[in-house]
Amino acid sequence: MWDHEIRAMASAHAVIAASVFVATVAPAVFVPGFSVYGAHLLWICSVSGAVTAVSVAVFWLLGVSPPTKKHTLGYKLSRLFRSCLYVLLSCLFFHAVVVLYGAPLIESALETFSLAVLLTCLTTLRCLCVLGPNVQAWIRVFSRHGAMSVWDTCLQITVACTLVGAWVGAFPIPLDWDRPWQVWPVSCSLGAMIGYLTGLVAAPAWIHYHRKQLTYKCK
Amino acid sequence: FRRGLPVLSLLLWLCAVYFVGIYLFVGGFLLVRLEVNRTSTCGDVLHPGEEPGDFCRAQPRFRRAVVLIIDALKIDFARFDPSNTAPRPYENKLPVLEENVSSKPLQSRLYPFRADPPTTTMQRIKGFTTGSLPTFVDVGNNFASSAILEDNLIHQFGQMGKRVVFMGDDTWESLFPKKFYRSLPFPSFNVKDLHTVDNGILQHLYTTMVGDDWDILVAHFLGVDHCGHRYGPDHPAMADKLTQMDGVIRSVIDRLQNDTLLVVMGDHGMTDTGDHGGESQKETDAALFLYSPSPIFQAPLSQNEPDVVPQTDLVPTLALLLGTPIPYSSVGQVLLPLFSPHQQTEGAVGGLSQLEALWINAKQVNRFLETYSSMAKDIPPESLSQLKEEFARLSAEYFTSVKEGRSPSPHLASSLQAYLTSVRDTCRATWARFNPLKMAAGLAILASACLMCFVMSELSLLLLRENASGLKAPVAVALTVGVCAGAAQLLTRGYIEAAWCLAACAFGSEIPFFWRACRLKTPAVSKNGAKPLKLSRWLTPRHLLVPPLVVPLLRCASLLSDSYVIAEGRVVTFLVLSLVLYIPIHLNWNDLLLPQSLDPLKSAGLLPSPILSPSTVRKESNTLLACFGVLIGIMYLSLSFHGCREEQGFCQPSPFLSPLSRLQDSQVKNLYYILSVISLGICTYLLRHCLCHYGNLNSSSGTVFTAHWILPLLSVCLALHWAVSATPEDSFRKLAELIRMAQLALPRAAFCLLGLGLGLIWLDPVTVFVKSRTSASSRSSALPLPRYRASTGISPQAELRHLIPQIYQRMRRSLDPGELSGGTEADNRPTVEAYGLGTVYSAPVLLFCGMLGIGLLLLHPEGMALSFLLLLLEMGALLHIHASSTTLSGMHGAQSGDFNVPWTTVVVWSLAVTQFFHATGHLPTFPSIQWGAAFVGFPDGHTGTILPALLVTLNTFASHILFAVSCPLLLFWPLVRGSRSGEEGEDAVMEMRLRENPQQFSSALLQLSTRYLFILGAQVFSSVCAAAILRRHLMVWKVFAPKLMFEALGFLVSSTSLLIGVTLVLRVDMAVGRWFKRLIPDASR
Ligand SMILES: [Zn+2]
Ligand SMILES: [Zn+2]
Repeated sequence: MWDHEIRAMASAHAVIAASVFVATVAPAVFVPGFSVYGAHLLWICSVSGAVTAVSVAVFWLLGVSPPTKKHTLGYKLSRLFRSCLYVLLSCLFFHAVVVLYGAPLIESALETFSLAVLLTCLTTLRCLCVLGPNVQAWIRVFSRHGAMSVWDTCLQITVACTLVGAWVGAFPIPLDWDRPWQVWPVSCSLGAMIGYLTGLVAAPAWIHYHRKQLTYKCK
Repeated sequence: FRRGLPVLSLLLWLCAVYFVGIYLFVGGFLLVRLEVNRTSTCGDVLHPGEEPGDFCRAQPRFRRAVVLIIDALKIDFARFDPSNTAPRPYENKLPVLEENVSSKPLQSRLYPFRADPPTTTMQRIKGFTTGSLPTFVDVGNNFASSAILEDNLIHQFGQMGKRVVFMGDDTWESLFPKKFYRSLPFPSFNVKDLHTVDNGILQHLYTTMVGDDWDILVAHFLGVDHCGHRYGPDHPAMADKLTQMDGVIRSVIDRLQNDTLLVVMGDHGMTDTGDHGGESQKETDAALFLYSPSPIFQAPLSQNEPDVVPQTDLVPTLALLLGTPIPYSSVGQVLLPLFSPHQQTEGAVGGLSQLEALWINAKQVNRFLETYSSMAKDIPPESLSQLKEEFARLSAEYFTSVKEGRSPSPHLASSLQAYLTSVRDTCRATWARFNPLKMAAGLAILASACLMCFVMSELSLLLLRENASGLKAPVAVALTVGVCAGAAQLLTRGYIEAAWCLAACAFGSEIPFFWRACRLKTPAVSKNGAKPLKLSRWLTPRHLLVPPLVVPLLRCASLLSDSYVIAEGRVVTFLVLSLVLYIPIHLNWNDLLLPQSLDPLKSAGLLPSPILSPSTVRKESNTLLACFGVLIGIMYLSLSFHGCREEQGFCQPSPFLSPLSRLQDSQVKNLYYILSVISLGICTYLLRHCLCHYGNLNSSSGTVFTAHWILPLLSVCLALHWAVSATPEDSFRKLAELIRMAQLALPRAAFCLLGLGLGLIWLDPVTVFVKSRTSASSRSSALPLPRYRASTGISPQAELRHLIPQIYQRMRRSLDPGELSGGTEADNRPTVEAYGLGTVYSAPVLLFCGMLGIGLLLLHPEGMALSFLLLLLEMGALLHIHASSTTLSGMHGAQSGDFNVPWTTVVVWSLAVTQFFHATGHLPTFPSIQWGAAFVGFPDGHTGTILPALLVTLNTFASHILFAVSCPLLLFWPLVRGSRSGEEGEDAVMEMRLRENPQQFSSALLQLSTRYLFILGAQVFSSVCAAAILRRHLMVWKVFAPKLMFEALGFLVSSTSLLIGVTLVLRVDMAVGRWFKRLIPDASR
């Protein structure tokens, strides 16, 4: 039914996944001795940056974002400003949530914050791209009947996968195996990333197989 | 009460089945032995024989001994096979042993050395120093310190004036504090560290040996064991380690003098994965190498050469060779090859002959057996009497042969050996063997009890409706099966073991239940098709992957890993937080969190129109989110009250855990005191405010008296007690006597107040204030009366919504159907206003919990007041979240007529128990038990053991008690809160709705309790599984077995408290019923 949109989604996801891959591999060329565990903060930075840039570009090119009502420069600027504000707030929000879940408060604040930044880039940014800076709409999307387009459903799936991935990523931390990936926040950010990639694959596939059942009201 | 009886009896039965399961498992897993706290001395008179000084009769064979303990030196490591051309890393690495055995056969021997389970290092050290068979629980041993109190070799050496020098594993230092002449302990905790202990020993070993200030040298190497744990035996690191040990033994042999005995031994073996703890031959068979620079063995191959040396045998052998008494509780037998076979002339250096040694040994073992059997009854009486007869026969034989002066027959020696062996085997059968059959039976009973709980919670309504006759069938079957099992045991074995009869009863009682449940299911489906119970439909991932199921599963799985048990406090908090977060997300997913009016879909008619008005929804969701925020904050704060396990290296225990009297800085002390008193005050205020808010403080019942007077008085008592106990003893010399008095009197007064308050609540729980209004306005009922009257003048707190005139009318209608048919409505217009009727059930329960909470706080360190405040707040927040989510999701009692408490809430409630177990400073380890609780109100100690044990139990399981007793509140709170949103008159009945649907009320109560029991039972089950599966894990006696005991005891306490809570509710129900009955004749007059 929405074959065209699904195809667009699949290719967009392929591009984003490729960018994640490049962002993981590329620093190894420039930084000697780079590894995902060893220079974890750098990896988070490069991946977050890549995902942010590519997602914004792809969604802008595809024109998924909600149509703006006014076209004045001032309105656009205020939208941009609000988006930036939301990104910042979301970083703080995720930081707080992660601390409440048991992350150390002071000791490795930088690591915790970088995880929050990664989570923001993987989830909030996508919400911004698809729904615009509108928290009401964000909350609305995450309900059974809240999705109003294929992209909303896709958003539900990827965000849920990312967050569940980060949650599951916390499980190995207490184990006494002394592996490099058990160090905070490596397992969580890896979990989030794996969840995100799974979401990227799963969303088009799920929508494709359930396209008969999916009905959306117009926006 | 007739109504409550089935609920109560079903719950009792469930608990009984659980208890039987736990009892059986623990009986098979935890072996208990009594410690005999007597010591042997040189002057002991051993019967029969009558001449003192048996032990020290002969000149000792050796003056000094070097004992090298190589931890986990398996016999396979020690053997040398020259034909093996491609040895594995652990093979052929100790050639020194074989070289000596073959080149100096009169000086050295290598034996397999069989340890008794549990094969853990600490139990083994106990084993080969006391000569007994230590179990996990040696009663008499005080849990707080692990020092060996039983008679042991080290003690005996000290008695004889021998200087014992120790180096190595620091476990010894804690087992034998201050017993060594010189001691060089090294930390043994880090299993990954292969070298610290060994290198530490090697720095001092040779210099010590060359010197002359020692008689006994004990060196305990840990490298081999740690290497096994880290890499397994089949690893090059093991080869290096064993080669190093080979060098050590060589160097020690080179430095030995003629009067010195060398013992090289392993304390246990290891499995192919490098673990130990269990009872497989790989774990039990260690190596024992004996060497002396001068010949000790009589022949290269003696006749009575043992195949395997039991570990207990080392103790009497060493004792007699070195001329010290055999420790009192030793059950070993001397190693004959080390003694000369023939009688020697008096005073010869050769020491005791074989027969003499055996005879002394047999007398000592007989003495121990007599002492032990007079203390404990766990040795089967018939084998005991057999052993006694055997000893009497042997001693008669010995004396006749000695009198006649002929050389004793070799037959006598072997009979003495047989006697000693049979004593040891009897003891071992009693103490040192897991009973797998009992463990399996316990597991099976626990599993079926969990299943029964689940089935009962799903079918509670049907069960109560169709099962008026109660438990007759299960009880009858249980008794029959139990008696049959007893008779069968009597026939086959000759005696009855109560555990098996109980097991048979438990199994027997379950059969009729499951049979009936199976039959019940069929009509349930046919009656209402909306409730399909097919298993296949349940097993889809959509049903299985919901958080209320995943979180308990994760919790149970976490009990199987030692790391997770060690980090339990944080893990549980994480899980609770995850599950609580699921509640709003789930509501939002179902479009229930936000007001529907905003949704354009509603206008399109796509969704069913909402039941609740948008303003209600907004209010409820705001409440929910606010409580959610509070809850998260509380959980985060609660993390700062945790204690520390010794396994958590860099952890700092919470500063609130130490009693105020230990604080040095008076400024900090004052601050803590003020904080504690403020939190106590807030607790008290919140409780009273809550009762007052719902109009429960207007009447003059016992409960109200408690709330008005006893509760504040109790708090004041507590605050004063803290102040008194925090004052430093030397600051007020003159008042010392007064302070001592206060320390005694204040807590006791608090206990009395607590007892009085709880008793009053129990006796007179109805907190309804009735105001009769026979005003004219009610007569002229033609006018539509204002339904509620503001209650001016009576109590400002009892507000509009708590007056429930309709209740009375409804009750009357339901009670007197005859009157309704004839009489006009107008005459029965409500003339009664009842304050607090809407919360008549929850008010006593709430107050009961609050009183109990403050009473339990008395047993804790002062700083824990903050934690208890958090606990109270968390309970409140959880209740509000539960109420709001129930209202929002439309599961209102009025609509559906049932008062189900969803799984999510019950799971959170039961996980919060563990969360606050940790947040009140407790840990599932024995050293962390807060023994101070036993001395609250009894500063001079106790005479009995029951009272201190009770106080410590109450202290340890405070959170279990509080959450279990307050569990019924989950049922009431949605009704209490729900009425607020529905402003319509019909909705203001609050908890009276329960009275209107008695069937649903009892079924909901049963369902709630069984769900709670199910979650707790599942946790017990999984920790039992952990202990059973991982019984040879390195951490079993450090982590899993204590966890099992705490979990089992916690379940015991929880289920008892739950029963108390449920009984209290039923008691209130009964009292309310009586109250109504009393009211009706009054009003109709
Ligand atoms: Zn060991
Ligand atoms: Zn070990």
